Amino acid sequence: MATSSERSPPPFPDDQDVQDSEEVQGRESDEDDGEDLFGSPSDPALTQTDTSPEPISDSSDLLMTPPDDIMKDLLIEPISIQAESKPVAEVIVEPSEEFDDLTNNITAAAEVTEISLDEPSDEFDILGSEAEAQREEVVVVAEVSPAAAAAAGGGGEVPTSVTEPPDEEMLDDVEQEDLEISPAPIINLGGELFTSSTTTVPPASEITADLLGDFLGEAPPIAEPKKAAPAAMDLFDDDGSDLFADPHQIKSAKHPQRSLFEEPDEDLFAEPLGAISKKTTSKESKSVTITAAGPLADRSFAEPADIFMEEAVVTAPSISTSSSSIVDPKTNGVHAQEATDLFAEATVELSLDSPQTERKKEAMTKPPAAAAAAAAASQQQALEELDEEEEEEQEDKFDINISVKDPEKIGDGMNAYMAYKVCTQTTLAMFHNKTLTVRRRFSDFLGLYEKLSEKHGPNGFIVPPPPEKNLLGMTKVKVGKEDSSSADFLERRRGALERYLQRVVNHPSLLQDPDVREFLEREELPRAVSTQALSGAGFLKMLNRATDAVSKMTIKMNESDAWFEEKLQEVEAADQQFRKLHALVESLVVHRKELSGNTASFAKSTAMLGSAEDNTALSRALSQLAEVEDKMEQLHQDQATADTFNFAELIADYIRLLGAVRGSFDQRMKAWQRWQDAQTMLQKKREAEAKLLWANKPDKLQLVKEEIVEWEAKVTQYERDFERVSGTVRKEVLRFEKEKTKNFKTYILKYLESLLQSQQQLIKYWEAFLPEAKAIA
Amino acid sequence: MMMTEENEVESTLSVCGHNIQIAEVLKDGEMLSFLIVSQKLSGTGEYHVHRNYDDFEWLQHNLFCQEDVAGIQGVIFPPLPAKAQVNTAAKVMKQLGFLSLGEWQPYCKALEVFLQQVAAHSILSKNKAVEVFLTNPDSPGKQKVKKNIFNRLSQAVDGMRKEGHKDVDDFFQTARDHNLVLTNCTKTVTEKLLEVVQTEQKIAVACGHFSAALLLCVEPGDDPNKQAFSKVCVKLSEVFESMKKSTTGVSENDVSTMGLGLDLESRYQEAIKEMLFRRTCKLVELEHARRNAEKAKPVKKAAMEELRKAAETEFEDISRVAKEEITRFEAVRVKMLQQAMVQWCEKQLLTAKECADQFTQHLEVFRGMNFK
Repeated sequence: MATSSERSPPPFPDDQDVQDSEEVQGRESDEDDGEDLFGSPSDPALTQTDTSPEPISDSSDLLMTPPDDIMKDLLIEPISIQAESKPVAEVIVEPSEEFDDLTNNITAAAEVTEISLDEPSDEFDILGSEAEAQREEVVVVAEVSPAAAAAAGGGGEVPTSVTEPPDEEMLDDVEQEDLEISPAPIINLGGELFTSSTTTVPPASEITADLLGDFLGEAPPIAEPKKAAPAAMDLFDDDGSDLFADPHQIKSAKHPQRSLFEEPDEDLFAEPLGAISKKTTSKESKSVTITAAGPLADRSFAEPADIFMEEAVVTAPSISTSSSSIVDPKTNGVHAQEATDLFAEATVELSLDSPQTERKKEAMTKPPAAAAAAAAASQQQALEELDEEEEEEQEDKFDINISVKDPEKIGDGMNAYMAYKVCTQTTLAMFHNKTLTVRRRFSDFLGLYEKLSEKHGPNGFIVPPPPEKNLLGMTKVKVGKEDSSSADFLERRRGALERYLQRVVNHPSLLQDPDVREFLEREELPRAVSTQALSGAGFLKMLNRATDAVSKMTIKMNESDAWFEEKLQEVEAADQQFRKLHALVESLVVHRKELSGNTASFAKSTAMLGSAEDNTALSRALSQLAEVEDKMEQLHQDQATADTFNFAELIADYIRLLGAVRGSFDQRMKAWQRWQDAQTMLQKKREAEAKLLWANKPDKLQLVKEEIVEWEAKVTQYERDFERVSGTVRKEVLRFEKEKTKNFKTYILKYLESLLQSQQQLIKYWEAFLPEAKAIA
Repeated sequence: MMMTEENEVESTLSVCGHNIQIAEVLKDGEMLSFLIVSQKLSGTGEYHVHRNYDDFEWLQHNLFCQEDVAGIQGVIFPPLPAKAQVNTAAKVMKQLGFLSLGEWQPYCKALEVFLQQVAAHSILSKNKAVEVFLTNPDSPGKQKVKKNIFNRLSQAVDGMRKEGHKDVDDFFQTARDHNLVLTNCTKTVTEKLLEVVQTEQKIAVACGHFSAALLLCVEPGDDPNKQAFSKVCVKLSEVFESMKKSTTGVSENDVSTMGLGLDLESRYQEAIKEMLFRRTCKLVELEHARRNAEKAKPVKKAAMEELRKAAETEFEDISRVAKEEITRFEAVRVKMLQQAMVQWCEKQLLTAKECADQFTQHLEVFRGMNFK
């Protein structure tokens, strides 16, 4: 029986050629599935079969009448058909082994039968490639399936005789309507088939229907007429879900099938089925489809039609749970046992598929499954990566120290620029000297960043960003205002540049970049150009815009990988937090500066009061106090500086770095998008191929075939790229997090030390003053 | 900061002057009600009376209007702080300066010092109103205090004219010049210290905000990376919390010692100024009387001469009292300022040491953190 075979197809139909081992594994699991699944539901189904005879007869009567309407009529009494299918299904379960034997015996169709039992994928591939071969196979399948049915004990002598004629008819029809595939003829066919089959062997009708659906790319028309009647669901729950799930998943590239499943599934199969059908559109998800289809089909047999819909919804999520290795009773434990393995391997692919389906606004139930599967995969992956990380950690300690100092204004007026001395101390062999000193202007730093981000950004590396241009601050410097704010600006920038370079060389991959070495070593650098885009607020805006775009994109994609979704949310949250912290520290710095100023004027007025005071002791004490306050002013000033450089600047760095982190997520999105686009293109090419196939234009076909090969390669390449970028981003983010903690600790330590020092200084000042105050008589 | 001169006082009060305290302040609608506790000289009992600002004004008015006491205008009246209410207007708050800070503790302290000063004053403490104010449980009548010569507003009107009047006595001339300089300087210093305190308060608030914001950075989860960073955040939050505490402490020290000291000094300088001004007014009056007596026609000569003599006596009384008061006060204010500075210094030292201890602990915690 075709139905039975399709119910338990291996998880990797497409990979059959490629991944034999997996297939075996999958098949084993599915056989188990079958037994387990059918073991329980068979009893209720059997009871139903008792009642079935009457409906069958009705339907057969109906079928005898006008062929055009047959389907509709049939649909009115779907239960009867379902009832028919149920017994078949049960029967099939047990003889599945026999099937294998049978198929082995059938020499000519050996391959095909095997496939038909497991999955019709190969058939369809063959169909896709050779139209004529397909016909032969169809015949073979037809032969096999009735044979199977016979073996199952359902029909006994019935199959061959009954089924063959319909096949021939079918083929005839196919030939006739090669190009125009109108629903009517198929329905006729179906009608005929049904009439013939129903009288003798119910399964045969199903088989033929299946065959129709599968072998004619035009299965959709069948579905469409049935749309009208809701009952069609039942009919197609049995045949449809099983049959169509397999065929279209294999022929996913083929247009007709997609159309079938895109349109009708909503009406016919309701959403759950739709989800399955959608999954099948992409190759990689086939494994899911199969497993999903399995339970669905099983359930449909076991449960009444109405329930089926609800159940289907349930089963879909249950797949997700099973994939994350949680035993779900609803899937009858089958998937719980085996599916985990399946999913563990399938996960990566799944995670990639789901967004696609999602994009199509289909398959509401699918994403969780994919997400969970992805999570399972990511856990494994993460573990592996952690190990790698540990190893890298050791190599991470580079003996390289960079200091940026001596900012110097070169030139006059608005053409002036700041040059900094970049001193490198290192024992690394890759450098010619242990100490390197070069002069670099600000735009050189920006140029380095541009080069690095261009080269390493697309690979998912987090390239540390330099401080942005600051027109206002720089203009002040250029104008030559030697006030505290411009000095503060220069010091801030100098520190930021130093930290930026240190971060660059601390990155194991970036350190190896020739541009980095050149920047640190070479006497003269070619003038960096087009750093304008990075100026000040514009730069931040650009980052923000990029991140906005990313977040928008991720809304569509985020379910693909829970880890990335979570991380991105964390990064966004951290960004908000850091911005808030930055604002708070800046206000703290403002207050400290204010305090410093106020203390200064307090000291001044105290001194004046002291000089106005007649009492000499009091006057003296007041003057002393003024001195103490003067010193305190300096302490407050230093404290403000410490706040600035230990926190405000560090946090500002991290706001920039978080932008870079989001940038790396963005790059991952881009890689994903490219891959998706390639897949879409490949699909289009395949559809074109299918059309040409039917149009019988071999010359163009060849071209399209070549294109398909080309695009297949691209899809593989882009997929690999995406995997690589994802891996890198993941590693980079983990590294970033570690560095963040270490960095903060380092700066907090410095800060605390400075705090302690200033407190101790304060104590000294007060202790010195106390005797003076006491000395006032 | 209590200034006590019990030795000079032949106390007519039934309470111990330097032990007067304002135990608590109650909000009675808009009004502030102060619980004044003073110890009985006889035995161990205490007087508890509730007084509001109007009662203080009544007391001050009664002190001002002691017509029968010779040279009363030469007294440096302890300065009563300006009126404060629950919802005092921003302008008045600004005028109150240090006294407006906190939950009225500085204000209570200032009132307390006022009462102590009154009770300790050799002339003023003899007034019955003081005894009534401190011991009578009933409110001493709500009669409206008439605006009198001592009112600052009226003083301002012709102040400018008479302030520059050349003094006949070098001592007072010097005192007046000196007072003028000191008043300005003290006022400036007080204002500057107030600014420092307010900035310190802002810093404390900013530290608090930063500390709270850091706690929001804590990420849940078992990820060791996250836990490590969360730990850093929590610890840093603690650092800023203790920084907030120490800064708050510093600002409180500023207020409770130097701030109040300077505020009192500033108000006292104003009081001296007023006293000197009253004397100068009397001097101008006397000079008028003298001129009138000289120019007077024989008919009025006797009456004018009488007036001149009266004015002369009064001026001499005032000058005598004023001289005593100035000398007395000079010692008092030096001691007061010294106390303020010593206490300030000691408190700041204490706070700084506590703070340093805490930072040391935090530092050790951070040094102990090991991240891979």
